[in-house]
Amino acid sequence: MGATGYPVAGRDGLAVLDADEIRRALTRIAHEILERTHGGDEVVLLGIPTRGVPLARRLAARIGEFEGLEVPCGSLDVTMHRDDLRLRPARALGRTDLPPSGVDGKTVVLVDDVLYSGRTVRAALDALTDLGRPRAVQLAVLVDRGHRELPIRADYVGKNLPTSQREVVHVLLAEVDAQDAVMISDEGQPS
Amino acid sequence: MKRHLISAADLSRGDALLILDTAEELASLADRPIKKLPTLRGRTVVNLFFEDSTRTRISFEAAAKRLSADVINFSAKGSSVAKGESLKDTALTLEAMGADAVVIRHSASGAAHRLAGWVRGSVVNAGDGTHEHPTQALLDAFTIRRKLRAASGRGAGLDGIRVTIVGDVLHSRVARSNVLLLSTLGAEVTLAAPPTLLPLAVDTWPCAVSYDLDTALPKSDVVMMLRVQQERMTDAYFPSVREYSRRYGLDTARMARLPDHAIVLHPGPMNRGVEIAAEVADSARSMIVEQVANGVTTRMAVLYLLLGGTEFPEVAS
Amino acid sequence: MTAWLIKGAVIAGPGGHGVTDVLLADGTITAIGAGLSDAGAQVLDAAGLIALPGLVDLHTHLREPGREDAETVETGTRAAALGGFTAVHAMANTEPVADTAGVVEQVWRLGRAAGHCDVQPVGAVTVGLGGTRLAELGTMADSAARVRVFSDDGRCVADPLLMRRALEYVKAFDGVIAQHAQDPRLTEGAQLNEGEISGRLGLAGWPAVAEEAIIARDCLLAAHVGSALHVCHVSTAGSAEIIRWAKSKGWPVTAEVTPHHLLLTDEVAVGYDPVFKVNPPLRTAADVAELRRALADGTIDCVATDHAPHPVEAKETEWSEAAFGMTGLETALRVVQQAMVDTGLLDWPGVADRMSVRPARIGRLTGHGMPLAEGGPANLTLYDPAAPAEAVSPVGASKSRNTPFAGMALPGRVVATFLHGTPTVLDGKLA
Repeated sequence: MGATGYPVAGRDGLAVLDADEIRRALTRIAHEILERTHGGDEVVLLGIPTRGVPLARRLAARIGEFEGLEVPCGSLDVTMHRDDLRLRPARALGRTDLPPSGVDGKTVVLVDDVLYSGRTVRAALDALTDLGRPRAVQLAVLVDRGHRELPIRADYVGKNLPTSQREVVHVLLAEVDAQDAVMISDEGQPS
Repeated sequence: MKRHLISAADLSRGDALLILDTAEELASLADRPIKKLPTLRGRTVVNLFFEDSTRTRISFEAAAKRLSADVINFSAKGSSVAKGESLKDTALTLEAMGADAVVIRHSASGAAHRLAGWVRGSVVNAGDGTHEHPTQALLDAFTIRRKLRAASGRGAGLDGIRVTIVGDVLHSRVARSNVLLLSTLGAEVTLAAPPTLLPLAVDTWPCAVSYDLDTALPKSDVVMMLRVQQERMTDAYFPSVREYSRRYGLDTARMARLPDHAIVLHPGPMNRGVEIAAEVADSARSMIVEQVANGVTTRMAVLYLLLGGTEFPEVAS
Repeated sequence: MTAWLIKGAVIAGPGGHGVTDVLLADGTITAIGAGLSDAGAQVLDAAGLIALPGLVDLHTHLREPGREDAETVETGTRAAALGGFTAVHAMANTEPVADTAGVVEQVWRLGRAAGHCDVQPVGAVTVGLGGTRLAELGTMADSAARVRVFSDDGRCVADPLLMRRALEYVKAFDGVIAQHAQDPRLTEGAQLNEGEISGRLGLAGWPAVAEEAIIARDCLLAAHVGSALHVCHVSTAGSAEIIRWAKSKGWPVTAEVTPHHLLLTDEVAVGYDPVFKVNPPLRTAADVAELRRALADGTIDCVATDHAPHPVEAKETEWSEAAFGMTGLETALRVVQQAMVDTGLLDWPGVADRMSVRPARIGRLTGHGMPLAEGGPANLTLYDPAAPAEAVSPVGASKSRNTPFAGMALPGRVVATFLHGTPTVLDGKLA
């Protein structure tokens, strides 16, 4: 990744999804959510910061377009529940913003950009337990890159991306990175 | 952030904002059914209180417990010499117990500094003599920001906010920490006190000085009242409590002269009727109750940032 | 007694001998000159060394009787010898206080028995240092200890009437009152120089005026009754100016400054380490500069260590609980070299004057402080100013470790000390 600017396909890595492919994937996921939740009944979308949050908002917007349904949307920061806190200096917290309807009795769909070891999702499940008692929890991710370390799986996947552990997956979203793209680069370090 | 929090001068603007932003996120914990986070599970926080202070000790205890840390309360009254066991021996005992953090309140200025030289964990200064009380300044800054900069969101400082601190500055650790922290965060600080209650070299501090409270009040967004001890009268710092109250007390008449949005803070405990009138303490402008609640949140943020990550590398002293 | 031939030293003092030899025999300097014969004498190669008359300390705390956990006459005089001193004045704030002939004679005898340097006891001005009643100054003067310097050091003789009486009374036997100038009311609970640092650190301040006001008063009293006043450990620029004014009027006032006040400022206290806690406190850089100037021009007559040993537990604690005081005998000459000689403010003859000649004169001490000359007493110090600067170790001959210079690199080295013709220190170690 360049020192100051956003990554550039080709120079900084191989592009595996472009903006159109991302758009189609999110559209498909939105439809799948509607199918598997009886038309979005009591669904709450919670994005995991950072990039899970804009993804959750986009899904909520599409569901709104297709069904005229306003799906409550928010964010769930998992920092305090991570299992790797002691490996790095204390991290700044992300925003936890639950919609006013809460999570009790809801079908919570966690939304994140990349599913990898599964530890972030494990932390999210713990964080969610302290906030209330959902009826069910599902997981939507833009990219599943394999190498699970815990028995976690996604219900909705934008793209399955086999990777080696030496590779790094970069998800760029316009709300954060001024462009939409998914790239893989070889940086020799676990992400 | 540094390993210890001993003085407000230990915090850069970035450090201070990180603490305030973290506290902002942790504030919602109080409204949840489960008021607990697992983050400091397995860590031990020792409250080493040489001075009686139930309020501050409970605040730190609540903060540590909400983060699932183990809390040990160690009350050691009196000075080290009077007690027999020296501060150093107490420190070595805590080391043996494996304290990850020691929160110390002591009547001697510099006690937190000395302790930091003898323990490996993090030292949080909960008030040392007349030197500093940095977490008080942090919760004051948090209270001010929440009330006067609520719209600004994360990363907002206190730039342009005019704070007047009134009272016995000479003997106040709260004043010292607040002058440092508030000016780091961009506030304009003015001290209002009789000349006898200001340190000789106060002109080197990052603040203005006024001997006249009435000129300072209309230009204040925040008024912070310090507690005045009656014993100062026998040492001739001021002639009588009555005169002090007349010239420097925040009564209802003075409160009415504050700008409409201005708020009143007090670190507690209050001398109702001396530095602050009862009606002022109980008025809508008074943030005294919020300060207490914000104390737990701010102290949670401090403990998380000191203990929630890697152990600090051993620093050669 | 063995005769000693000191070869090739530079004598610091009036007369300017240049590089020369000195022969010591039977407690006297029997010859000074080039190429002296070494027949029957032990030879000490002093090439590159400076020969000073044996240093005299006007202000030392040997702690015995009563506080032997901190220091004894034996350990304190060993430290003195290693610092190049051949005589020290032992202050009276012992337990019991040295306010009777009995206690001063005890200290005097302990000094003679130890044999490392001459111990001249100082008598207290008031009984028990209480500041209300004069001690038996005459009896102490007539005792075997022959006390001439009287001081309540540690405390100030604050009552102006009592100070007047004391000054008048000692005229009868050519005594001198040495005042520890500190107005007690202005310094109640004081911890550190009152200034920017004390305000920042939250430590009660010790204002300069508390010292200067007493000095001004005492100079006027001394002039009024025509008696000798000596001012202990001058620490502020204002005090030096007042003393300069008093001397310009021809008044019988003398003054001393400690090595630490020539080198350290209150900035060192920011870590709250009580090794820097001392009375009077360390002051500002402006004070240090003025004190150096005053010592250089003779307004301040001499350097006196105020060697104040304390046990570890008295210093390893919170600042406000810690004892006041710093050791200083072993490092004094090196600090003076750093602060005064290496800065060009004072030359070696000047050092001889300020650290031997004048203190002996003020203390009315015979047999010490005499410029090195044939026929004079064989009390001398050999010092190597070119020794590579070494970090000061807190561990020395003193029982106590509270030196503010621990870890600091100071130049120079005391190589040898001769007391009445016998070496007490050779090659930097106790002989």
